[in-house]
Amino acid sequence: MHSIFKTSLAALVAAGVSASSAIADGHALTGDLVIFSDMSNPAPRAVMEGMVERFGEMHPDLNIELTVIDREAYKTQIRNFLTANAPDVANWYAANRMLPYVEAGLFEDVSDVWEGQISEELASTKGALTIGDAQYGVPYTYYQWGVYYRKDIFEEYGLTEPTTWAEELANCQTLLDNGVKCYTIGTKFLWTAGGWFDYMNMRTNGYDFHARLTNGEESWTSDEVRATFANWQQLIDMGAFVDDHQTYSWQEALPFMANGEAASYLMGNFAVAPLREAGLDDDKLDFYQFPEITAGIPRGEDAPTDTFHIPANATNKDNARAFLKFVVSAENQTLINNGENLGQLPVNALSSVDDDKFLNQGFDMLSNKAPGGIAQFFDRDAPAEMAAVAMEGFQEFMVFPDNLEDILERLEAAREDIY
Amino acid sequence: MAISSNTTPPPTRGWYKRNEIAITPWLFLAPGVLFFFVYVIAPIYQSFSLSLYDWNGLGDIATNGTYVGMENYNKLFGLNGERADRNFQISLWNNLKWLLLYLLAIPGGLFIALFLNQTVRGIRIYKSLFFFPFVISQVVVGLVFSWFYLPNDGLFSIMLSWVGLEIRGGVLGNPTAATYGIIAAGLWPQTAYCMILYLTGLNSVDPEQVEAARLDGAKGRKMLWYVIIPQLKPATFIAFVVTIIGALRSFDLVSIMTGGGPFGSTRVLSFYVFEKSLSERGLQYGYAAAIAVVLFMIMLVFISYFLWSMYQDEKEAR
Repeated sequence: MHSIFKTSLAALVAAGVSASSAIADGHALTGDLVIFSDMSNPAPRAVMEGMVERFGEMHPDLNIELTVIDREAYKTQIRNFLTANAPDVANWYAANRMLPYVEAGLFEDVSDVWEGQISEELASTKGALTIGDAQYGVPYTYYQWGVYYRKDIFEEYGLTEPTTWAEELANCQTLLDNGVKCYTIGTKFLWTAGGWFDYMNMRTNGYDFHARLTNGEESWTSDEVRATFANWQQLIDMGAFVDDHQTYSWQEALPFMANGEAASYLMGNFAVAPLREAGLDDDKLDFYQFPEITAGIPRGEDAPTDTFHIPANATNKDNARAFLKFVVSAENQTLINNGENLGQLPVNALSSVDDDKFLNQGFDMLSNKAPGGIAQFFDRDAPAEMAAVAMEGFQEFMVFPDNLEDILERLEAAREDIY
Repeated sequence: MAISSNTTPPPTRGWYKRNEIAITPWLFLAPGVLFFFVYVIAPIYQSFSLSLYDWNGLGDIATNGTYVGMENYNKLFGLNGERADRNFQISLWNNLKWLLLYLLAIPGGLFIALFLNQTVRGIRIYKSLFFFPFVISQVVVGLVFSWFYLPNDGLFSIMLSWVGLEIRGGVLGNPTAATYGIIAAGLWPQTAYCMILYLTGLNSVDPEQVEAARLDGAKGRKMLWYVIIPQLKPATFIAFVVTIIGALRSFDLVSIMTGGGPFGSTRVLSFYVFEKSLSERGLQYGYAAAIAVVLFMIMLVFISYFLWSMYQDEKEAR
């Protein structure tokens, strides 16, 4: 009862003052702010609640209503609530993942939030949030992808972090000879195979080719793509990946690494937390950048960016804009991305990276060792329909590499249809 | 009013009173008819019209959708120079496998029902144990079976290894075995359902006919085939209806156990509709609607048959 009364009162007040609530930062906000968030895992959820609390303290008269929705369910619910029951702020992802919503006019143009200094502070992700000439959201975090490996196993067999493809294959052979799989992976939900394709293709043909391919400008039956798959097949033929990976999710593939049955995992930085929980401390777990395949090609990296947006049908857009500005501030990004919270990288250039082994390596890699460019991720760079078809093909290839010709023709046919 | 019984009714009788017999049934039917139109007929019509558009489900169809005529169907069937959608063909084949193999639930249910139709101490407990799989949710059935099928540590692969067999990738990871694995999981609750239908049917078997047949020397298989099963015809009909419909609706198990994988080999039409529209990478509402229409047409064949045979029964009963 109390909250209903409070909400309706606040709504009344909001109706009365909304005309005058166009405010700059620092002014106290009034009225309502409805936030839908997909940050449903324990740590992200605490971060989201913390942000709302701190924003609420800055604006005591603002009535903030936060709804946290299960991360997977959110992906299908968003299209309903954006049209029917739009919140003022919503989570989503950058690049092509937001394109359908922008094209349907469901995300608000927030270029004004990006005006001025913010634009420089967030320069690294501006491209991923730009469609046409306008920006449609703000980033709050990103994270590196790369190879997480069992340092103790590598030391046991006298291996070092590989930097070239030859070293990589040699390492892998040594591991296999000793009965350890080189890589764990769970491809049941397909996207993990997309990560492998991203890296194989970016290292074989370079970031620019990869970007054109995900944009539909290159053919899937081209020699370049075939070369990528040929390199990938070297690993598959060796038996480098754990068996039956098509039946596991990425979480179900973690125990192979924790038990020492597999030595490494190509994953995003979010894999560190569960691996640490599984008992791998920093002496046992380490990270290296995916090795070079074609010599001399500038390395590109995957670094998916998670974002906040304002739905076009939102009611309290001024409050929402103030919240977005709060989210991107250097101070907030430093706090929410530190090891105790998200354990990821802040996007704002002025914020500081928490002193964590993997965050430091990732930050260094993305800032200094990725001259090729930063990709989002296969299913965020390619349109949804293409990603669905392609990732299914990658999974099939990883199990039945002999079907490659058929798979490539299917992907090429899909490309002709989709773009 | 208690005057005399032979006075003619007063001429002021209301319109409703005069038409009571004709109208009352419709009044009682009205809520049902209304809901049927709003929730069944209207969506069918909407699916039909949606299937003629190219629309990603976002925004308003009038502004964001384009009318493409039969284009979605051309893509599905590979007509008019389009490439036939292979995933659609896989789904169609899988639906056929479901339809045929799911029918095994009927003889299975009959067998268990005959077995349980005896008066032994505690028979009710055994009956409820057999009925149990139908009570638990399909999601739970799917999860239990996917653990059962796990490669290496799953009970099923351990059992297979006793006879020296191994299915590559585990049942659910093997594109040829996965659909059969899911159907087997689906048969578990469905058999229980058919069993309960037959158990109630067996209660109404006429003991005098059984007695008479026995006097004529019928027993065993002949008794079952010529005396019992004909009397179970209504139960068989219902079991057939629910099994066919269950097979065509097979969505939850596919979604829970494989998510359509590995590489789309376990898709069925209902799951494919979901995948193309509501799933994470869906966004093709028009196309999904076209698949739904095809599924509806298949169902319509069965529905017409069911309605026709029910109509025949009614006519005979009259």
